[in-house]
Amino acid sequence: MRTLRLAHFSLRYRPRALAVVVAALLLALAVAVLALGRGDFPIAPGEVLRTLFGGGSPAEDYIVNQLRLPRIATALLVGAALALAGALFQTLVRNPLGSPDILGFTQGAATGALLVVVAGGSSLALAGGAIGGGLATGAAIYALAWRGGVQGSRLVMVGIGTAAILTGLNGYLLTRTQLMDAARAVLWLTGSLDGRGWDDALPLLIALAVLAPAVLLGCGPALRALELGDDAASGLGVRPERVRMVLLAAAVLLASLAAAAAGPVNFVALTAPQLARRFTRVPGPNLAASMCTGGALLVTADFTAQHLFADHQAPVGVVTGVLGGGYLVWLLATQRRAGRL
Amino acid sequence: MNPLTCRLRKALARAVGQRPLPVPIGAPMAQSAPRLAGRDLTLAYEKRTIAEGLTVDIPDHSFTVVVGPNACGKSTLLRALSRTLKPAAGTVLLDGRSIADLPAKQVARTLGLLPQSSVAPDGITVAELVSRGRYPHQSVLRQWSAEDERVVAEAMADTGVADLADRAVDELSGGQRQRVWIAMALAQQTPLLLLDEPTTYLDIAHQIEVLDLCARLHREQGRTLVAVLHDLNQAARYATHLVALRDGRLIAAGPPAEVVTADLVEEVFRLPCRVIPDPETGTPLVVPTANRRIKVGA
Repeated sequence: MRTLRLAHFSLRYRPRALAVVVAALLLALAVAVLALGRGDFPIAPGEVLRTLFGGGSPAEDYIVNQLRLPRIATALLVGAALALAGALFQTLVRNPLGSPDILGFTQGAATGALLVVVAGGSSLALAGGAIGGGLATGAAIYALAWRGGVQGSRLVMVGIGTAAILTGLNGYLLTRTQLMDAARAVLWLTGSLDGRGWDDALPLLIALAVLAPAVLLGCGPALRALELGDDAASGLGVRPERVRMVLLAAAVLLASLAAAAAGPVNFVALTAPQLARRFTRVPGPNLAASMCTGGALLVTADFTAQHLFADHQAPVGVVTGVLGGGYLVWLLATQRRAGRL
Repeated sequence: MNPLTCRLRKALARAVGQRPLPVPIGAPMAQSAPRLAGRDLTLAYEKRTIAEGLTVDIPDHSFTVVVGPNACGKSTLLRALSRTLKPAAGTVLLDGRSIADLPAKQVARTLGLLPQSSVAPDGITVAELVSRGRYPHQSVLRQWSAEDERVVAEAMADTGVADLADRAVDELSGGQRQRVWIAMALAQQTPLLLLDEPTTYLDIAHQIEVLDLCARLHREQGRTLVAVLHDLNQAARYATHLVALRDGRLIAAGPPAEVVTADLVEEVFRLPCRVIPDPETGTPLVVPTANRRIKVGA
């Protein structure tokens, strides 16, 4: 633990956590530059960097900044948003499995999106449907779990139940779509970054720019107090229910916006915070490290999905699913051995 | 003294960098109202009412211990006094104002709480846990001042956990862990400290260790302590002020020597007993009578 002090101001950080943040950022940027250069029209990494800063030829500028950058930016933002949402959920419900794709928020976003598909709406409406569905599910789960306050374990149970119901509903909705729409819907449901433009990245960019500092700086210390239990937190001057509600709302919003931009990408929200925690070796929410790890994870997964098979691209959700599933099994096995699960 | 003068006094005290001045000696009763008190409290969980019309004063600079049989509302009262539980009716007064109307962080700078159940996050070290007690003194731009550093070191030294600073809390013994949590509450630097059953789950040696620590905090640092204890003899030995509850009603309050009598113990706990002076300290010692018929719950 190190402290920077300047007159009345002081900033506290851990060298190792900071190193993880920087390393994850560098990895994310390195993969991003590689990804920007790969494709039918290969561009060397040096050229990519020059083009990003406005020094490339018109053709390179078009390919890098117009065609490929939006997709990479969306990947970074979706990864960061999902990881932040996951870190918040896992801390609030005190459970490493408490992530939006297990608690039903992602399924809710999918229901909203599928309703739009059935009604024959546009891509923009589909994103709107996803956000609406996610937020409505979040509100419903919070209300159902409420009993003079919301406790983590009850939120998990209600969330898992809701996820099961919504999965069934989503299956039914799929049967009600036209064949073409169904194919589009299934691709969306797997989570894909194919053909993402600035329209997809922008809402998420704005939300992250506002919510990330608000959550990290504004609520981070209160969240750390909340980790000690409601009574201890209240003794420290935190109003547990208020903090929980605000942070849950922020997490649901982030998860819904991420789903709107890239579909319900599996397991990033679950995996990134756990990985970040193991890298930093710091107890606690690890919000900043989670965000950076999430961005790096998704941009890497997308790069893999694009170039793993020579003949066709896989949706990114396939890769995160395989990675995340493997990781989950490993987590369960080690936790079991440690006698904690 | 009226609220305005009271506030002026405190503002003045703050301006010169002191704690609020004590109320002058010889002031009328209303003026010497204690810093913490419950007035006409109705305490309830959901539909179940624990106490009605409960009025309790916590004398300043006392070591107050709340005693009573199981489910008499001891911990509930403490939760209300610490603002963890919102009373269904009545008010808890802190420095003359309703605690519910005060900003949460301001309350946390005046009144610390050691709850019955707390969770130490996986792998957290002692120093880190104690540091979290500084929350009410911190802000975004003031995350860790030299003062924070000093107070945390002091709190760990006061509770004898300084040597454990870098150890993980989950590998400590029960007694050590309880001292760490007390250190966290001390790091809050509050003149008032509430402890909810600080000795539960500890063996007798660790119970005494924790109580000795509480007594020292009270005696040497002049803090007002309020603790819920199960053991009446320990309460009589350590408390300067006892509050005896039964069925959510206040049965007696005062110094242990006056409160702990055979009649009162029978009334509060339904236990026939003799009260003799503790051979070590002279404080009242409750000795249950032999060959009695148990009347618990009568």
